[in-house]
Amino acid sequence: MATTGVMRPGHIQLRVLDLDESVDFYKNVLGLVETARDEAGRVYFKAWDERDHNSVILRQADRAGVDLIGFKVKDAATLEQLDKDLQAYGVATERVPAGELLETGERVRFTIPTGHVMELYADKTDVGNGQPYTNPDPWIPAAEHGIAPHRFDHCLLYGPNLEENLKLFTEVLGFHLVERILMEDGKSLLATFISCSHKAHDLAFVAHPEPGKLHHVSFLLGSWEQVLRAADIMSMNRVSIDIGPTRHGITRGTTIYAFDPSGNRFETFCGGYETYPDHQAITWTFDEVGAGIFYHDRKLNERFLSVVT
Amino acid sequence: MATRTPPVWHAVTIADTGETYRCREDESLLIGMERLGKRGIPVGCRGGGCGVCKVHVTAGSFAKRVMSRDWISEDEEAGDIVLACRVRPQSDIRLEVLGKMKKNVCA
Ligand code: FES
Ligand SMILES: [Fe+2]
Repeated sequence: MATTGVMRPGHIQLRVLDLDESVDFYKNVLGLVETARDEAGRVYFKAWDERDHNSVILRQADRAGVDLIGFKVKDAATLEQLDKDLQAYGVATERVPAGELLETGERVRFTIPTGHVMELYADKTDVGNGQPYTNPDPWIPAAEHGIAPHRFDHCLLYGPNLEENLKLFTEVLGFHLVERILMEDGKSLLATFISCSHKAHDLAFVAHPEPGKLHHVSFLLGSWEQVLRAADIMSMNRVSIDIGPTRHGITRGTTIYAFDPSGNRFETFCGGYETYPDHQAITWTFDEVGAGIFYHDRKLNERFLSVVT
Repeated sequence: MATRTPPVWHAVTIADTGETYRCREDESLLIGMERLGKRGIPVGCRGGGCGVCKVHVTAGSFAKRVMSRDWISEDEEAGDIVLACRVRPQSDIRLEVLGKMKKNVCA
Protein backbone atom coordinates (compact mmCIF):
# COMPACT_ATOMS: atom_id res chain seq x y z
CA MET A 1 0.00 0.00 0.00
CA ALA A 2 1.04 3.58 -0.38
CA THR A 3 2.09 4.91 2.99
CA THR A 4 0.83 8.47 3.25
CA GLY A 5 -0.37 10.74 6.03
CA VAL A 6 0.94 9.40 9.32
CA MET A 7 3.70 6.96 8.30
CA ARG A 8 5.18 5.37 11.43
CA PRO A 9 6.13 5.76 15.06
CA GLY A 10 9.39 7.68 14.85
CA HIS A 11 10.48 8.48 18.37
CA ILE A 12 9.68 7.75 21.99
CA GLN A 13 11.01 9.64 25.00
CA LEU A 14 11.35 7.46 28.08
CA ARG A 15 11.95 8.43 31.70
CA VAL A 16 14.72 6.53 33.47
CA LEU A 17 15.79 6.58 37.12
CA ASP A 18 19.57 6.30 36.63
CA LEU A 19 20.83 7.72 33.35
CA ASP A 20 24.31 6.15 33.26
CA GLU A 21 22.99 2.69 34.05
CA SER A 22 20.27 3.11 31.43
CA VAL A 23 22.60 4.39 28.72
CA ASP A 24 24.81 1.35 29.24
CA PHE A 25 21.76 -0.92 29.00
CA TYR A 26 20.28 0.66 25.86
CA LYS A 27 23.67 0.83 24.16
CA ASN A 28 25.34 -2.43 25.11
CA VAL A 29 22.57 -4.84 26.08
CA LEU A 30 19.68 -3.76 23.85
CA GLY A 31 22.29 -2.67 21.31
CA LEU A 32 20.99 0.67 20.08
CA VAL A 33 23.42 3.23 18.65
CA GLU A 34 23.95 6.42 20.68
CA THR A 35 23.64 9.40 18.33
CA ALA A 36 23.68 12.50 20.56
CA ARG A 37 23.24 14.16 23.95
CA ASP A 38 21.56 17.54 24.40
CA GLU A 39 21.84 20.46 26.81
CA ALA A 40 18.91 19.17 28.83
CA GLY A 41 20.90 15.99 29.50
CA ARG A 42 18.79 13.74 27.27
CA VAL A 43 20.54 10.89 25.46
CA TYR A 44 19.51 9.97 21.92
CA PHE A 45 19.62 6.57 20.26
CA LYS A 46 18.61 4.88 17.04
CA ALA A 47 18.43 1.23 16.08
CA TRP A 48 21.24 0.28 13.70
CA ASP A 49 18.98 -0.14 10.66
CA GLU A 50 17.00 3.06 11.15
CA ARG A 51 17.91 5.97 8.92
CA ASP A 52 16.64 8.93 10.92
CA HIS A 53 18.83 10.47 13.60
CA ASN A 54 16.97 9.25 16.68
CA SER A 55 14.14 6.99 17.77
CA VAL A 56 14.67 6.46 21.51
CA ILE A 57 15.39 9.39 23.81
CA LEU A 58 16.17 8.85 27.50
CA ARG A 59 15.51 11.48 30.13
CA GLN A 60 16.53 11.06 33.76
CA ALA A 61 13.57 11.65 36.08
CA ASP A 62 12.37 10.65 39.55
CA ARG A 63 9.81 8.23 38.07
CA ALA A 64 9.79 5.77 35.19
CA GLY A 65 7.40 5.78 32.22
CA VAL A 66 6.86 7.49 28.88
CA ASP A 67 6.97 11.26 28.21
CA LEU A 68 5.83 11.26 24.58
CA ILE A 69 5.62 9.35 21.33
CA GLY A 70 6.27 10.98 17.96
CA PHE A 71 4.90 9.88 14.57
CA LYS A 72 6.56 10.85 11.33
CA VAL A 73 4.18 12.16 8.67
CA LYS A 74 4.77 12.25 4.92
CA ASP A 75 5.72 15.92 4.52
CA ALA A 76 5.24 19.47 5.80
CA ALA A 77 1.90 19.93 4.01
CA THR A 78 0.59 16.75 5.67
CA LEU A 79 1.69 18.09 9.05
CA GLU A 80 -0.23 21.34 8.51
CA GLN A 81 -3.31 19.49 7.30
CA LEU A 82 -3.32 17.06 10.23
CA ASP A 83 -2.95 19.93 12.69
CA LYS A 84 -6.04 21.57 11.13
CA ASP A 85 -7.92 18.26 11.15
CA LEU A 86 -7.12 17.66 14.82
CA GLN A 87 -8.29 21.14 15.79
CA ALA A 88 -11.45 20.79 13.71
CA TYR A 89 -12.14 17.53 15.53
CA GLY A 90 -11.80 19.38 18.86
CA VAL A 91 -8.31 18.31 19.89
CA ALA A 92 -6.12 21.11 21.26
CA THR A 93 -2.68 21.14 19.63
CA GLU A 94 0.51 23.04 20.32
CA ARG A 95 3.67 23.58 18.31
CA VAL A 96 7.08 22.54 19.58
CA PRO A 97 9.80 24.43 17.72
CA ALA A 98 12.27 22.67 15.43
CA GLY A 99 15.44 21.65 17.23
CA GLU A 100 13.87 21.28 20.69
CA LEU A 101 14.48 17.62 19.97
CA LEU A 102 17.83 17.39 18.20
CA GLU A 103 17.82 16.93 14.41
CA THR A 104 14.01 17.04 14.44
CA GLY A 105 11.71 19.56 12.77
CA GLU A 106 8.70 21.37 14.18
CA ARG A 107 6.28 19.10 16.01
CA VAL A 108 2.52 19.22 16.53
CA ARG A 109 1.81 18.02 20.07
CA PHE A 110 -1.50 16.90 21.56
CA THR A 111 -2.88 14.63 24.25
CA ILE A 112 -4.97 11.63 23.23
CA PRO A 113 -8.00 10.35 25.19
CA THR A 114 -5.90 7.73 26.99
CA GLY A 115 -3.81 10.55 28.47
CA HIS A 116 -0.64 10.01 26.42
CA VAL A 117 1.25 12.87 24.76
CA MET A 118 1.56 12.34 21.01
CA GLU A 119 3.47 14.33 18.45
CA LEU A 120 3.52 14.55 14.68
CA TYR A 121 6.53 15.79 12.73
CA ALA A 122 7.62 15.79 9.11
CA ASP A 123 11.39 16.17 9.38
CA LYS A 124 14.19 14.32 11.13
CA THR A 125 17.73 14.28 9.76
CA ASP A 126 18.55 11.24 7.64
CA VAL A 127 21.87 9.97 9.01
CA GLY A 128 21.58 6.62 7.23
CA ASN A 129 21.97 3.12 8.57
CA GLY A 130 25.74 3.02 8.34
CA GLN A 131 25.67 2.04 4.67
CA PRO A 132 25.78 4.26 1.58
CA TYR A 133 22.66 4.72 -0.55
CA THR A 134 24.62 3.36 -3.49
CA ASN A 135 25.67 -0.30 -3.51
CA PRO A 136 25.26 -1.00 0.23
CA ASP A 137 26.15 -4.16 2.13
CA PRO A 138 23.28 -5.91 3.92
CA TRP A 139 24.41 -5.19 7.46
CA ILE A 140 27.11 -3.58 9.56
CA PRO A 141 28.97 -4.61 12.76
CA ALA A 142 26.40 -2.69 14.86
CA ALA A 143 23.86 -5.29 13.70
CA GLU A 144 25.54 -7.78 16.04
CA HIS A 145 26.27 -5.58 19.07
CA GLY A 146 23.91 -6.55 21.89
CA ILE A 147 20.37 -7.55 20.97
CA ALA A 148 20.58 -5.09 18.05
CA PRO A 149 16.97 -4.72 16.84
CA HIS A 150 16.28 -3.32 13.38
CA ARG A 151 13.93 -0.61 14.54
CA PHE A 152 11.66 0.87 17.19
CA ASP A 153 8.43 -0.73 16.00
CA HIS A 154 5.39 0.06 18.18
CA CYS A 155 4.23 0.47 21.76
CA LEU A 156 1.41 -0.76 23.96
CA LEU A 157 -0.12 1.97 26.10
CA TYR A 158 -2.52 1.70 29.06
CA GLY A 159 -5.21 4.28 29.75
CA PRO A 160 -8.96 5.04 29.78
CA ASN A 161 -11.42 5.99 26.98
CA LEU A 162 -10.50 3.33 24.43
CA GLU A 163 -13.60 3.87 22.27
CA GLU A 164 -13.04 7.61 21.98
CA ASN A 165 -9.35 6.99 21.38
CA LEU A 166 -10.00 4.56 18.54
CA LYS A 167 -12.29 7.09 16.86
CA LEU A 168 -9.59 9.76 16.95
CA PHE A 169 -6.97 7.49 15.43
CA THR A 170 -9.20 6.03 12.72
CA GLU A 171 -11.26 9.12 11.81
CA VAL A 172 -8.59 11.82 12.00
CA LEU A 173 -5.15 10.23 11.89
CA GLY A 174 -5.76 7.60 9.19
CA PHE A 175 -5.15 4.44 11.24
CA HIS A 176 -7.13 1.24 10.76
CA LEU A 177 -8.19 -1.28 13.40
CA VAL A 178 -6.33 -4.58 12.96
CA GLU A 179 -7.32 -6.57 16.06
CA ARG A 180 -9.31 -5.94 19.22
CA ILE A 181 -10.14 -7.68 22.49
CA LEU A 182 -13.61 -7.29 23.98
CA MET A 183 -14.45 -7.07 27.67
CA GLU A 184 -16.61 -9.58 29.48
CA ASP A 185 -19.77 -7.75 28.34
CA GLY A 186 -18.91 -8.68 24.74
CA LYS A 187 -19.16 -5.04 23.67
CA SER A 188 -16.70 -2.66 25.27
CA LEU A 189 -13.06 -2.61 24.28
CA LEU A 190 -10.41 -4.16 26.49
CA ALA A 191 -7.70 -3.62 23.88
CA THR A 192 -7.14 -2.25 20.37
CA PHE A 193 -4.30 -2.89 17.92
CA ILE A 194 -4.11 -0.24 15.21
CA SER A 195 -1.94 0.40 12.18
CA CYS A 196 -1.12 3.40 9.99
CA SER A 197 0.86 1.26 7.58
CA HIS A 198 1.13 -2.36 6.44
CA LYS A 199 2.43 -3.43 9.87
CA ALA A 200 0.25 -5.60 12.10
CA HIS A 201 0.31 -2.76 14.62
CA ASP A 202 1.91 0.64 14.99
CA LEU A 203 0.21 1.25 18.33
CA ALA A 204 -1.85 -0.75 20.80
CA PHE A 205 -3.97 0.23 23.79
CA VAL A 206 -5.35 -1.61 26.82
CA ALA A 207 -8.14 -0.18 29.00
CA HIS A 208 -6.79 0.97 32.36
CA PRO A 209 -8.12 3.47 34.91
CA GLU A 210 -4.90 5.48 35.24
CA PRO A 211 -4.09 7.61 32.16
CA GLY A 212 -0.75 7.86 30.37
CA LYS A 213 0.79 4.53 31.35
CA LEU A 214 3.38 2.53 29.42
CA HIS A 215 3.04 -1.22 29.08
CA HIS A 216 5.86 -1.76 26.61
CA VAL A 217 7.98 -0.26 23.89
CA SER A 218 8.75 -2.75 21.17
CA PHE A 219 11.76 -3.41 18.96
CA LEU A 220 11.83 -5.50 15.78
CA LEU A 221 14.19 -8.41 15.25
CA GLY A 222 14.83 -10.25 11.98
CA SER A 223 14.11 -13.86 12.92
CA TRP A 224 12.91 -16.25 15.62
CA GLU A 225 16.58 -17.26 15.99
CA GLN A 226 17.33 -13.66 16.92
CA VAL A 227 14.52 -13.71 19.49
CA LEU A 228 16.23 -16.69 21.14
CA ARG A 229 19.59 -14.92 20.94
CA ALA A 230 17.99 -11.87 22.59
CA ALA A 231 16.80 -14.06 25.48
CA ASP A 232 20.33 -15.43 25.90
CA ILE A 233 21.78 -11.92 25.99
CA MET A 234 19.15 -10.90 28.55
CA SER A 235 20.01 -13.81 30.83
CA MET A 236 23.78 -13.24 30.45
CA ASN A 237 23.21 -9.66 31.57
CA ARG A 238 20.70 -10.53 34.32
CA VAL A 239 18.00 -8.52 32.59
CA SER A 240 14.60 -8.78 34.30
CA ILE A 241 12.52 -10.95 31.94
CA ASP A 242 8.73 -10.83 32.17
CA ILE A 243 7.81 -13.68 29.85
CA GLY A 244 9.09 -15.55 26.82
CA PRO A 245 10.36 -16.39 24.35
CA THR A 246 6.80 -17.18 23.28
CA ARG A 247 4.23 -16.18 20.66
CA HIS A 248 1.38 -13.71 20.67
CA GLY A 249 -1.92 -15.02 19.29
CA ILE A 250 -2.73 -11.41 18.45
CA THR A 251 -0.55 -10.26 15.51
CA ARG A 252 1.20 -13.71 15.61
CA GLY A 253 4.56 -12.20 16.55
CA THR A 254 7.22 -14.23 18.40
CA THR A 255 8.27 -12.30 21.44
CA ILE A 256 9.99 -11.66 24.75
CA TYR A 257 8.79 -9.12 27.31
CA ALA A 258 11.48 -7.80 29.64
CA PHE A 259 12.20 -4.69 31.70
CA ASP A 260 14.81 -1.96 31.34
CA PRO A 261 16.80 -0.97 34.48
CA SER A 262 14.05 1.48 35.54
CA GLY A 263 11.24 -1.03 35.19
CA ASN A 264 9.97 0.15 31.81
CA ARG A 265 8.82 -2.95 29.94
CA PHE A 266 10.22 -3.51 26.46
CA GLU A 267 9.62 -6.18 23.86
CA THR A 268 11.93 -7.75 21.33
CA PHE A 269 9.87 -9.51 18.70
CA CYS A 270 9.83 -10.91 15.20
CA GLY A 271 7.10 -11.63 12.70
CA GLY A 272 3.44 -10.89 12.53
CA TYR A 273 1.52 -10.45 9.34
CA GLU A 274 1.02 -7.71 6.80
CA THR A 275 -2.15 -5.70 7.01
CA TYR A 276 -4.13 -3.43 4.70
CA PRO A 277 -6.88 -0.91 5.39
CA ASP A 278 -9.52 -3.10 3.70
CA HIS A 279 -8.79 -6.08 5.97
CA GLN A 280 -11.58 -6.96 8.36
CA ALA A 281 -10.50 -6.51 11.99
CA ILE A 282 -9.92 -9.65 14.07
CA THR A 283 -11.82 -9.93 17.35
CA TRP A 284 -10.76 -11.83 20.49
CA THR A 285 -13.35 -12.59 23.13
CA PHE A 286 -12.69 -12.08 26.83
CA ASP A 287 -12.55 -15.81 27.59
CA GLU A 288 -9.76 -16.29 25.02
CA VAL A 289 -7.70 -13.25 26.00
CA GLY A 290 -4.99 -15.49 27.50
CA ALA A 291 -4.30 -17.25 24.20
CA GLY A 292 -4.54 -13.93 22.38
CA ILE A 293 -1.74 -12.42 24.41
CA PHE A 294 0.43 -15.49 25.19
CA TYR A 295 -0.48 -18.15 22.67
CA HIS A 296 1.35 -21.10 24.29
CA ASP A 297 0.51 -20.41 27.94
CA ARG A 298 -3.12 -19.64 27.02
CA LYS A 299 -3.40 -17.43 30.10
CA LEU A 300 -2.18 -13.98 31.10
CA ASN A 301 0.69 -13.90 33.54
CA GLU A 302 -0.20 -11.95 36.67
CA ARG A 303 1.94 -9.01 35.55
CA PHE A 304 0.20 -8.36 32.22
CA LEU A 305 -2.69 -6.28 33.55
CA SER A 306 -1.01 -4.84 36.64
CA VAL A 307 2.62 -3.94 36.00
CA VAL A 308 3.04 -0.67 34.08
CA THR A 309 5.15 2.45 34.41
CA MET B 1 40.00 -15.90 36.64
CA ALA B 2 39.66 -13.71 39.69
CA THR B 3 38.71 -15.56 42.84
CA ARG B 4 35.27 -14.63 44.02
CA THR B 5 34.62 -13.81 47.65
CA PRO B 6 31.80 -16.04 48.89
CA PRO B 7 28.47 -14.23 49.19
CA VAL B 8 27.29 -12.93 52.55
CA TRP B 9 23.78 -14.11 53.43
CA HIS B 10 21.14 -12.61 55.69
CA ALA B 11 17.76 -13.91 56.86
CA VAL B 12 14.69 -12.05 55.61
CA THR B 13 11.36 -12.56 57.37
CA ILE B 14 8.07 -11.63 55.73
CA ALA B 15 5.92 -10.77 58.77
CA ASP B 16 2.64 -11.29 56.89
CA THR B 17 3.29 -14.96 56.18
CA GLY B 18 6.02 -15.77 58.70
CA GLU B 19 8.10 -17.01 55.76
CA THR B 20 11.87 -16.62 56.13
CA TYR B 21 14.43 -16.87 53.33
CA ARG B 22 18.15 -16.34 52.93
CA CYS B 23 19.12 -13.35 50.81
CA ARG B 24 22.58 -12.42 49.58
CA GLU B 25 23.98 -9.05 50.54
CA ASP B 26 24.69 -8.31 46.87
CA GLU B 27 21.18 -8.89 45.58
CA SER B 28 17.80 -7.34 46.20
CA LEU B 29 15.26 -8.65 48.70
CA LEU B 30 13.01 -9.42 45.74
CA ILE B 31 15.54 -11.32 43.63
CA GLY B 32 16.64 -13.24 46.75
CA MET B 33 13.08 -14.32 47.39
CA GLU B 34 12.56 -15.38 43.77
CA ARG B 35 15.88 -17.26 43.59
CA LEU B 36 14.67 -19.69 46.25
CA GLY B 37 11.21 -20.05 44.77
CA LYS B 38 9.66 -18.29 47.76
CA ARG B 39 6.56 -16.12 47.67
CA GLY B 40 5.05 -13.28 49.61
CA ILE B 41 6.23 -10.08 47.93
CA PRO B 42 4.57 -9.40 44.54
CA VAL B 43 7.09 -9.46 41.67
CA GLY B 44 6.79 -6.86 38.91
CA CYS B 45 9.49 -5.07 36.92
CA ARG B 46 12.34 -5.68 39.40
CA GLY B 47 13.63 -2.20 38.48
CA GLY B 48 12.03 0.22 40.94
CA GLY B 49 9.49 1.47 38.40
CA CYS B 50 6.15 -0.29 38.90
CA GLY B 51 5.63 -0.22 42.68
CA VAL B 52 4.10 -3.67 43.18
CA CYS B 53 6.93 -4.84 45.48
CA LYS B 54 6.41 -2.07 48.07
CA VAL B 55 7.36 -3.14 51.61
CA HIS B 56 7.90 -1.64 55.05
CA VAL B 57 11.19 -2.70 56.60
CA THR B 58 10.50 -2.86 60.33
CA ALA B 59 13.86 -4.22 61.46
CA GLY B 60 17.35 -4.47 60.03
CA SER B 61 19.69 -2.35 57.93
CA PHE B 62 19.88 -2.17 54.16
CA ALA B 63 21.33 -0.34 51.16
CA LYS B 64 18.91 1.16 48.66
CA ARG B 65 18.90 2.53 45.12
CA VAL B 66 16.77 5.19 43.42
CA MET B 67 13.04 4.28 43.34
CA SER B 68 10.15 5.80 41.37
CA ARG B 69 8.45 8.67 43.23
CA ASP B 70 5.17 7.48 41.70
CA TRP B 71 5.16 4.82 44.42
CA ILE B 72 7.48 5.91 47.26
CA SER B 73 7.23 9.46 48.62
CA GLU B 74 10.15 11.10 50.40
CA ASP B 75 8.33 10.70 53.71
CA GLU B 76 7.72 7.03 53.10
CA GLU B 77 11.33 6.49 52.13
CA ALA B 78 12.43 8.22 55.34
CA GLY B 79 10.19 5.77 57.22
CA ASP B 80 11.81 2.71 55.58
CA ILE B 81 8.91 2.15 53.19
CA VAL B 82 10.74 1.00 50.08
CA LEU B 83 10.60 -1.14 46.96
CA ALA B 84 11.98 -4.61 47.66
CA CYS B 85 13.63 -4.79 44.23
CA ARG B 86 15.79 -1.75 45.07
CA VAL B 87 16.93 -2.81 48.54
CA ARG B 88 19.83 -5.07 49.50
CA PRO B 89 20.12 -6.45 53.04
CA GLN B 90 23.05 -5.53 55.29
CA SER B 91 21.73 -7.45 58.30
CA ASP B 92 18.82 -9.77 58.97
CA ILE B 93 15.61 -8.07 57.83
CA ARG B 94 12.00 -8.10 58.93
CA LEU B 95 9.40 -6.60 56.60
CA GLU B 96 5.68 -6.14 55.98
CA VAL B 97 4.23 -6.33 52.47
CA LEU B 98 2.38 -3.20 51.29
CA GLY B 99 2.33 -3.62 47.51
CA LYS B 100 -0.15 -5.67 45.58
CA MET B 101 -0.95 -6.82 42.08
CA LYS B 102 -4.06 -4.86 41.35
CA LYS B 103 -5.80 -5.96 38.21
CA ASN B 104 -7.35 -2.89 36.69
CA VAL B 105 -9.44 -3.99 33.76
CA CYS B 106 -12.29 -1.53 34.29
CA ALA B 107 -12.18 1.49 32.03
S1 FES C 1 9.05 -4.96 41.09
FE1 FES C 1 8.53 -3.10 40.09
S2 FES C 1 9.12 -1.65 41.58
FE2 FES C 1 9.86 -3.51 42.43
FE1 LIG D 1 4.12 -5.46 21.35
